[in-house]
Amino acid sequence: MWTFVHKMGSPPWFYRFATIVIRWLLPTVLLALLAGSVWGLLYAPPDFRQGNSYRIIYIHVPAAVVALAGYYVMAIAGLVSLVWKIKMADTAMRAVAPVGAALTFVALVTGAIWGKPTWGAWWVWDARITSMLILFFLYLGVMALFEAYDDKAAAAKACAVLSLVGTVNIPIIYKSVDWWYSLHQPASIKFTGESAIDASMLYPLLLMIGAFYGLFALLVLLNMKAELLGTHRQSAWLRSELR
Amino acid sequence: MPPELGLFLRFQVQRHLSAALRRPGDIFNPLVFFLMVVTLFPLGLGPDPEVLADFAPGIVWVVALLSSLTVSSRLFQADYEDGTLEQLALAPHPLALAAMSEVLSHWLLSGVVLALASPVFAAMLNMPVQAIPTLMLSLVLGTLCLSLTGAIGAALTVGLRRGGVLLSLLTIPLTVPVLIFGVGAVREAALGYDPSGWLALLGALAAGGLVLAPLAAAAGLRISLEL
Amino acid sequence: MYFESAAAVWHMEGHGPYVWAAYGITALVIILMLVMPLLRSRQMSRAIHTEERRRDLAQGRTSEEGQHAPEA
Repeated sequence: MWTFVHKMGSPPWFYRFATIVIRWLLPTVLLALLAGSVWGLLYAPPDFRQGNSYRIIYIHVPAAVVALAGYYVMAIAGLVSLVWKIKMADTAMRAVAPVGAALTFVALVTGAIWGKPTWGAWWVWDARITSMLILFFLYLGVMALFEAYDDKAAAAKACAVLSLVGTVNIPIIYKSVDWWYSLHQPASIKFTGESAIDASMLYPLLLMIGAFYGLFALLVLLNMKAELLGTHRQSAWLRSELR
Repeated sequence: MPPELGLFLRFQVQRHLSAALRRPGDIFNPLVFFLMVVTLFPLGLGPDPEVLADFAPGIVWVVALLSSLTVSSRLFQADYEDGTLEQLALAPHPLALAAMSEVLSHWLLSGVVLALASPVFAAMLNMPVQAIPTLMLSLVLGTLCLSLTGAIGAALTVGLRRGGVLLSLLTIPLTVPVLIFGVGAVREAALGYDPSGWLALLGALAAGGLVLAPLAAAAGLRISLEL
Repeated sequence: MYFESAAAVWHMEGHGPYVWAAYGITALVIILMLVMPLLRSRQMSRAIHTEERRRDLAQGRTSEEGQHAPEA
């Protein structure tokens, strides 16, 4: 276990590891996304109240779930980089931010499109959409802070501190926005007990959530590889790897 | 806290306060800013007292948030520029305590002053009289939270040339709960209900922030100082 | 399959434009996020290759020999 962790901290080992994982993950993720979309779009029954517009749930909810989880991944990478000073954790944190921001963006846009047939307006200050918007701002803040520093090692440390502060704040923000808008729908997926949505709708949703987690991992690994190519261009191991 | 650290904190706060009192403009300018922005709202929304009374808690709180953030960009600036911050970072006392002293003195001169002046703004916006004590108390607690959040942002951006806008970008999302709790308390009081639940939440944020934020700010300062 | 014809899939009882726009935008974002790091990687590795060839040439070797020379 620990040797694996130590190996993860070594750029050459990680580069090879990422190459192998990407080779498997890329087709799997694309296939799962395609299968989940077709299942959700064509085979799942329509919602009895919202009709067919609810099919947006199969991208909206996975994007939102993974975007929120992504912030925690970023903060954990930041913590690892601050405490153990592992360079690869910096790279990981840097790679997560744009992916998380893109997924938050997807969740916001699909939420807005879903809102039009459901509520009759493109934008409603619903608790969940508002929380998503604030999460988007948090991602943008981390990215802006990284860009503002000329010294990228200092930038990574600063972003680590900021994302940890954000992590402490996120539950408070979500809770406060919930109270602010107390008329929100109750959370509809529960993994224990009776589920509020029917199995024929739930299974494609779970598949899509899994696919989005895979997509997140894939995009982060791709970004990290690109980053390693940039920062280690003088290293012998990279030259022999590319040969 | 060992008495020695308490003394250090007190000495630092006194140093900041006496330095700030030498330039009283810095204390009054945020108040003038506050007054001007409050004036803009009736011009934008119309002079109807009913409408203004409805929006008053939100207006006062949003303006307080903005003026607190604009001031907090200067939080560590003077000490960073003349090298005091480096001395404090190398001193045997914890840097977090030095950061806390900056925050406390900044809060005393901006937030508490703002809270004391807030009845004037409340009257201008036709806020019910029974809401005014709650407004003042919520601003006292809330501006402490805002100063603490601003201190983290300021610590991370103090070494950067174009830190001003970036600071707002970093801190505004983090201040959302403060705004919600603060407006909630004032609105509840304006309607004649008991606001103590919201005030308790603000107090909890202030207490938690007072413990955690100086640590984060100190970490940020060490990064900015390249230590 | 829930729908009866391709036209019904497209129309989705009036919700088609919304659903398809949402899926389309998501697909676009995913493709962009996949292509950007791949392009960046390719650009980087090409830069490394040309730099290596230039260095080999400067050392008075042909690029053919440089390919097989052991790493210093």
